[in-house]
Amino acid sequence: MSTILIIEQILNGLQFGIMLFLMAAGLTLIFGVMGLINLAHGSLYMIGAFAAAAVAGATGSFLLALAAAMAAAALIGAIVEMTVIRRLYATDHLDQVLATFALILIFSEGTRWIFGSLPLYLNIPSWLAGPVTLPGGIQYPLYRLTLIAVGLLVWLGLWWLIERTRLGIQIRAGENDREMIAALGINISKLYTLVFALGAALAGLAGALVGTIQSVQVGMGEPVLILAFVVIVIGGIGSIKGAFVGALLVGLTSTLGGVFLPELFKLFTDPATAQSAGASLASMSIYILMSLVLIWRPTGLFGARA
Amino acid sequence: MIRERYLNLAVLAGLLALALWALAGDQPFTITLLTKVVILGLAAAGLNIALGIGGLVSLGHAVFFGLGGYAMGILAFHAQNFAPLELGPLSIAGTKSMPVIWLAAIAVSAAVAVVIGLLSLRTSGVYFIMITLAFGQMFYYFAISWSVYGGEDGLSIYVRNGFPGLNTLDPIQFFGICLAILCLVLLLSDRLARSPFGLALNAARQVPVRVETVGLSPTRLKLLAFVISGAITGLAGALYADLNRFVSPTMFSWQLSGELMVLVILGGVGRLIGPVVGAAIFVALEHLLGGLTEFWHIWLGVILLLIVLFARGGVVGLISPRRVGHD
Repeated sequence: MSTILIIEQILNGLQFGIMLFLMAAGLTLIFGVMGLINLAHGSLYMIGAFAAAAVAGATGSFLLALAAAMAAAALIGAIVEMTVIRRLYATDHLDQVLATFALILIFSEGTRWIFGSLPLYLNIPSWLAGPVTLPGGIQYPLYRLTLIAVGLLVWLGLWWLIERTRLGIQIRAGENDREMIAALGINISKLYTLVFALGAALAGLAGALVGTIQSVQVGMGEPVLILAFVVIVIGGIGSIKGAFVGALLVGLTSTLGGVFLPELFKLFTDPATAQSAGASLASMSIYILMSLVLIWRPTGLFGARA
Repeated sequence: MIRERYLNLAVLAGLLALALWALAGDQPFTITLLTKVVILGLAAAGLNIALGIGGLVSLGHAVFFGLGGYAMGILAFHAQNFAPLELGPLSIAGTKSMPVIWLAAIAVSAAVAVVIGLLSLRTSGVYFIMITLAFGQMFYYFAISWSVYGGEDGLSIYVRNGFPGLNTLDPIQFFGICLAILCLVLLLSDRLARSPFGLALNAARQVPVRVETVGLSPTRLKLLAFVISGAITGLAGALYADLNRFVSPTMFSWQLSGELMVLVILGGVGRLIGPVVGAAIFVALEHLLGGLTEFWHIWLGVILLLIVLFARGGVVGLISPRRVGHD
């Protein structure tokens, strides 16, 4: 096992984690501010990917595709918030889970209706294709490095938005005491729509970026959604910092586990058994990580004490 | 407005009458659909104990459904291969006998429910939903990679398991077995809800602090409810596997957990017959809309959304509204 391989896998894990962060940030913001569990967040990811694929197919421009992904997801997010989600804030989690589960059914089948069941493909633009050489002679795909950079930029942007702007003050105030900020004259339903659309846009962006490495198809959102839930539960629901740390932990655990657990098992048993046992343990590893974190800290690493 | 008791009896009698009608008209497929309603209703009735009485929003009940399914699959697999199941020093012969399989399904589900419950009940609210979901995913991925029992492809059982004195291959007889079990379980649920345990559990859902001050442990009450709930769903899983003569990791999938929850809500949370009504509507929609359009899930989604937004008590709540007590 060479150092180069290990560094490559760590970068892969980082890239995966950063993409999870884009999903998890929206989820955790929406939960923190509105107290809503949004299972349909994965659908917004899928919508972003499909919008990007459609626009990239029509115009050939990757940047336009990304913009379309964010715009489509934000727009649909805002519409859904105003028509359905808004009625769920006052209800319990059970109703929220069900209503957003219903939204998944509607969005998934609706997308299948419009685009068909065959996967679409988004190409990496030529100016981001190919490998770059990192210090130490490691060859790594430029596109994946870009993903890491974009994710870090989004993280910085979110930090700035929440800590340094007027909107951020309102969001933080909304997390703490929604009656009070409504009483202070903030239009709370507009704020909620805005936060929801922001979360949706991040999910759409993630969908378009990841859709470029994988294929764009119906149902692509749900596996990512569940991972994003794992992330925010590990990090503590409502905390952006928690989402970031959780995303990196999950990304690294999942990627490194998949590569190194089978290798580790080969030290004890024959290769075939090691491969299957290692692979199964690796796919379970993040859920085991999550249970351990919750048993140790029932409200996540950075969650408020219940 | 219909009294709930009469509605319960009417639904069960209606299922039986439909099955007999299908038998007279020689429509075995309809009987199979009705059997599916009964089994899914049973699985959701299990969930209803945790969800309806205990207020435990478990998004991982597919774990028990799947465990029941795999209990059946593994025992029958060893019986059809004439190879005993080697568990360390133990060597267990497979079996094709339904009662034995049911006991195994119940035991395994209950044992796993104890472990999952103990760990998950440390958390509450959203965290509880998510940790149960995570356990579901753990089992799902484990089943996928467990190549001895088919891995991703699942496990086929060629002949349906037997029940002493009955021919289970005859659809109506298998339906009868399932319906009898459902009635028994519903009777038990009803007793449970009225028992001191059920009342205490109900109180633990509403005001845990008060329950604690009278010297009961809400966590232990909820744990017991979770275990009973899991055992029932596990039993339903074994029957479902027998209905299809097939087990696969999808029985563990989170969509299935979500669907079980949908059944409960569609029918009416905490209502005795709610899960069965929910299952009947679900299977009917799947069958009717599925025949009309390939995209029937859209309409299922729309109906579900309307029920959550506008008919909070589910269908049973619409037919037989519950008088609102003092809060």
